[in-house]
Amino acid sequence: MHELSIAASIVESVTESAAAYPGARVKEVRLRVGALASVVEDSLKFCWELATEGSPLAGAALVIHILPVILHCDACGADAEIAGVQSFRCPKCGELAADLRQGRELEIESIELEEPDPVAPDPVEEKV
Amino acid sequence: MTTRIVELRKGILKKNDELAAGLRNRFTSAGVLVLNLVSSPGTGKTAFLEWTLRELRARGAQAAALVGDLETDNDARRLAASGAPVRQINTHGICHLDAEMIAKHLDGWQEVSLAGLNYLFIENVGNLVCPSSYDLGERIRVALLSVTEGEDKPLKYPGLFNSADAAVITKMDIAEPCGFDRELALRNINEIRPGIRIFETSAKTGAGMDAWLAYLAEQARPS
Repeated sequence: MHELSIAASIVESVTESAAAYPGARVKEVRLRVGALASVVEDSLKFCWELATEGSPLAGAALVIHILPVILHCDACGADAEIAGVQSFRCPKCGELAADLRQGRELEIESIELEEPDPVAPDPVEEKV
Repeated sequence: MTTRIVELRKGILKKNDELAAGLRNRFTSAGVLVLNLVSSPGTGKTAFLEWTLRELRARGAQAAALVGDLETDNDARRLAASGAPVRQINTHGICHLDAEMIAKHLDGWQEVSLAGLNYLFIENVGNLVCPSSYDLGERIRVALLSVTEGEDKPLKYPGLFNSADAAVITKMDIAEPCGFDRELALRNINEIRPGIRIFETSAKTGAGMDAWLAYLAEQARPS
């Protein structure tokens, strides 16, 4: 439901960062999104189209990299990835684990820019 | 054409997170305990908060509330009956409160000075998804769940329940006719947020409210 607000925040942030590269076109925006970030991938992609339409980012691809939840288990000391988000138990020893080490990320990892080639200097004509 | 990859590693909600961090500093230095109440529409956040504000005032504590809704100031009027200062935030279609809305409504709130408060409650827009991404500068996030909603709510909305610091089950007075499976609900909450404090309450009968008030007092005590 809030994917449109998120898409708008990404557009704002990427536009700001891309301003440092005048003349460049943003080809791709890559995100890192935790499995617990409450963001629906399809919905965000749909909103991305809407948010970029008519902006300098129009046509830029959005690549979403979903990160699984990683828990730190106090009982056995393991840092382990859990399958899904339905049970916060250490996959190694089965104990409940509250210490979340990964899974809430909501960040722009990188952007891919396409830049015009630097203009080659005019060839110096040799005087005959 | 040449291609360049620029690493950004930038939080998408960075602006909100920075504003929220600023609010948290303000709240901490003013010595006010701020709680963000989140649930589905109809869980009974307002009734729970009405009761809480009234009892806190009766015990001599200073409490105020900001209440978020898409439209209407009905909830603010209900809460104001407790005698506590209350301010409505209308989001006009936005499904969550954000730090900027909180900052804006704190500024120019004539009847409230943060330093004079013990507690500030923020009643979020009824929604179990979107509010989980937006830090409001609160110290305690409370997830509420009513006995009429089904015991598997925490499993359906793990993002929100996992981000909560305390959970409140409301409408316990009608748990039996609703066929509410208490053990299962407690187990599900604990499976998503291991070790979380859970309060089983009824704003109608006052059941479970003493434990809730004791928790508030304990959390408000300067550490």
